[in-house]
Amino acid sequence: MDSATFIAMASIIAAGLCMGIGSLGPGLGQGRAVQSALSSMAQQPDERNSITRTLFVGLAMIESLAIYCFVISMILIFANPFWNYVIKKIGG
Amino acid sequence: MEVMAISQISPDQVVYWQWKFVTINATLVYTWLVMFILVFGSWLVTRRLSPTIHSSRWQNFLEVVVSGIKGEIDEVSKGEAGHYLPFIGTLFLFIALANLLAIVPGYVAPTASLTTTAALAICVFIAVPLYGIAKQGIGEYLKEYFRPTFIFFPFHVMGELSRTLALTVRLFGNIMSHEKVIAILLSVTPLFFPVAMQILGLLIGLIQAYIFSILAMVYIASATQVHAEHEK
Repeated sequence: MDSATFIAMASIIAAGLCMGIGSLGPGLGQGRAVQSALSSMAQQPDERNSITRTLFVGLAMIESLAIYCFVISMILIFANPFWNYVIKKIGG
Repeated sequence: MEVMAISQISPDQVVYWQWKFVTINATLVYTWLVMFILVFGSWLVTRRLSPTIHSSRWQNFLEVVVSGIKGEIDEVSKGEAGHYLPFIGTLFLFIALANLLAIVPGYVAPTASLTTTAALAICVFIAVPLYGIAKQGIGEYLKEYFRPTFIFFPFHVMGELSRTLALTVRLFGNIMSHEKVIAILLSVTPLFFPVAMQILGLLIGLIQAYIFSILAMVYIASATQVHAEHEK
């Protein structure tokens, strides 16, 4: 197996693993955040506005972890630096 | 109708016109379009303002939008919305319009490019110390970096840098991933399912605009209010 095939295979597998494992934790975290926000909204409906705002800010913080994983896997698939290096070496 | 190919992840790669180092790409063109709509639209509406209750429907609409933004800022900044309304409101309106125009065929959201979101996040990065210094003076602001002890200085600096990076990547990742998902769905199951995803995309776009501006407001509030809480 030459190096170009190996890099292509490795980056596709790594992108899949990165997205799958990387979205596990944020998924669990967002579920817990929404769960406790819902139960506190049910207990105190008057505080709905501030709870919603804090919930959105918190969700954005948690979500950014999953977004990092997504950007990494996009880089691996569409803009892989090692792939370009190998192609340049083979071509010239 | 598709402006971008599936393998292009950023509208920067769609080049319309090039002369030496001056390049006009899709990001620039659509940013100009959004700016033009915002400026021309608000000029058109505010040309004839009426102070009575018999106002035009567009004036009504803008009043609802502006007072909504003002109320949100008021709750975070504890009643000083006047200072922050121009900056935060502009951020919100620009991002919201740039995302919502995605229902127009042939349009690519400029927020799907890393350059636009980085520019917006750098605006926030510069605005936070400016508001902080204007509020409490340069000495008091710099003292915040050494609180509670001087060991915490590198952590404060790293926090400022990493939250700018997070602002950038969050907006970019959400909008870009959504456009990619729609492009892939269009080639796999055309017609119905992409339309449902587009409707979801409008919601995502608005929520991201809200999150970006509320986070900018929270950062500014944290730079301006720490001192006031210490005094109490």
